[in-house]
Amino acid sequence: MLDDLAIKVRQNIGLATAIGLFGILYLLYNMAHPKGFSSAVLVQNGNEIFALAMLAMAQTVPVLASGLDLSVGAVMTMVGCVASYLLAGTVGGTPLHLEIFGLHLGLGTFPGGTGGIMLGMAVCVAIGSLAGFVNGCVVVYGRIQPIIATLATGAVYIGIALFLRPTPGGKIDEDVNWALTNSLGDFAATVHIFDDGAAAWFTPLAWIPVPFVLLALISLLVWVPFRRSVLGRAVYAVGSAEGAAYMSGLPIARAKIAAFTLAGFFAGCGGLFLAIQTSSGNADIPQAGAYTLNSIASVVIGGTSLLGGTGSAIGSIFGAMILRVISFFFRIFDIAPLLQPLFEGLILLTAVSIGALGVLRVKNTLELFR
Amino acid sequence: MTTVTLGLSRDDRPILIAALFIFVILVAGTVYTFARFGSAPLLSPTYLLQQLQVGAFLGIVSAGMMLVILIAQIDLSVPWTLAAAAMMATSIGGPLAIPVGLGVGLLVGIVNGIGVAYLRVPSMIFTLGVNAVMRGLMVAHTGGYAPQTAATELMRTLAADRTLGIPNALFVWAAVSVLVVVVLQRTPLGRYIYAIGNKESAAYLAGINTRGVTVVCFALCGLAAALTGVLLAGYSTKAYQGMGDTYLLPSIAAVVIGGTNILGGRGRYLGTLVGVVLIVLLNSVLSIMEMPEAGRQVIYGLVIILMLLVYGRGERITS
Repeated sequence: MLDDLAIKVRQNIGLATAIGLFGILYLLYNMAHPKGFSSAVLVQNGNEIFALAMLAMAQTVPVLASGLDLSVGAVMTMVGCVASYLLAGTVGGTPLHLEIFGLHLGLGTFPGGTGGIMLGMAVCVAIGSLAGFVNGCVVVYGRIQPIIATLATGAVYIGIALFLRPTPGGKIDEDVNWALTNSLGDFAATVHIFDDGAAAWFTPLAWIPVPFVLLALISLLVWVPFRRSVLGRAVYAVGSAEGAAYMSGLPIARAKIAAFTLAGFFAGCGGLFLAIQTSSGNADIPQAGAYTLNSIASVVIGGTSLLGGTGSAIGSIFGAMILRVISFFFRIFDIAPLLQPLFEGLILLTAVSIGALGVLRVKNTLELFR
Repeated sequence: MTTVTLGLSRDDRPILIAALFIFVILVAGTVYTFARFGSAPLLSPTYLLQQLQVGAFLGIVSAGMMLVILIAQIDLSVPWTLAAAAMMATSIGGPLAIPVGLGVGLLVGIVNGIGVAYLRVPSMIFTLGVNAVMRGLMVAHTGGYAPQTAATELMRTLAADRTLGIPNALFVWAAVSVLVVVVLQRTPLGRYIYAIGNKESAAYLAGINTRGVTVVCFALCGLAAALTGVLLAGYSTKAYQGMGDTYLLPSIAAVVIGGTNILGGRGRYLGTLVGVVLIVLLNSVLSIMEMPEAGRQVIYGLVIILMLLVYGRGERITS
């Protein structure tokens, strides 16, 4: 039993390191925080972590298939802009219209109320998945390198986001914002379940922040089944040896398209949450770029190889959390804001360099070239 | 009797198609301006020279980027290498401004090269980290505000003035281009670069100092970014925050549109030149059309995909 565990850890050394590092950092953070180990701190951290964690998961899937998705930030931004139209939750519904080349097109009214909000969320996630699906098709059927294909589609998605929201704005239903960005207790009280969160069995759980619950749910209900499916295994196989995967009769094309579609789905979830959290849509190009780059960093810190084939989205979540916790430390230790970017960069560089020190022990130089 | 065959090598086709596309952009833009304003500014030499002057900055960055892409790596540290070189050059001032600026770029490039070649960190992540560090250093240096220092006379002359009616920046771009072409075509280093891009382990077994070549490529890329930063500071008379941000993706796009394989080992410098001109002209036509930013981004993305669909498709993996 213990041997099994040891083997598991050795096989997932990257993931284990990421979890361990996060555990230590987060413990230190809470010990240093004046209000450490409280639900309030946890809720705040959860909100700050969620979007990046989703994008890190999104980036992981194409990376596992030895691709790269430079459009995750753009998809997130585009979905956020869509959400700022569809989640207003106005009782009478929200009239939608399109203004293009001076033409004014009425698109009818998007339903309001709870049903409308649920539908709006579904539409948002579907749009994210569709964007990912388009990426996958361009990569597979266009046979264009993923880096450059997603660079181009990312520009298109950012363009659409800018078209939807030339200036930041929009509105998100306050109840949705409140319910999803607080603890489970607040969630239950807002949507009126479990006696408004007062049920006896529920109170011990009421402190858990909703973002973490969502993160766990998405991991368990989407990522884990995918990884265990034939398609999920095919993604890993494509990443470690595409030619061998082809010769083994694995559905390569479908695996790649699925990888990018899933990336779009995760990025869409991230965008949806970001819009709900900020109660607005904002086509912020630098922010989209920063999220894309941080998602790559999270993937690497989480123990997934950029060459593909090894790693997991769970590790990337921890990678994203490590990145975020590092910036939480700046607040605690009162590091001058001007020095923060420098520390972030140095820590990222140090982390990847330490991870790479193993190459100094390699005896046969040929093993370095993979 | 000799038969004339239209023998186009695999590397020439993209260049020809991209050049044709430039022609299409020019014609479409001219038709538009003629119909709307009754004039054809796109065809006037003054306007074209002005556009090329702006294009020179992108051209020099792309030249460096191409060297790195040819060895199957990428340099994401370009934005803040460029900005750091500009900021250091303007804050030092005097005759040392340009050497210091270029030195910054060279140093960053060497650090990138060491990280990628000796530590074997994937270039995508290492240069990203270096970019963050450079940004951090510059934010700490300037306090996050626009630097108050100004470019020196020489920097302004190089970037903004004209000799015999031709912008000096074009001469700098031409000099860089000649240098890159000579290195790639006429020196062992050039052969090594293509060899490493094709298969690094084979190049290593053939006795090439692959690590050394990698460091040199990154150093040259850093140098090119720094040169652009120095010129750009001269052009706009000062350095500013985020001045390099708009150069990273277009430079990669220019290299790839020009037919260089993003996986390394294949591509000609002429293609990169054509790619730069294409992107610059596309931008200027779109701004003449008063296209809003949203439309620009969409068109920009679609053009890249379209060009690559025509000639940049990879081979189907079947074994």
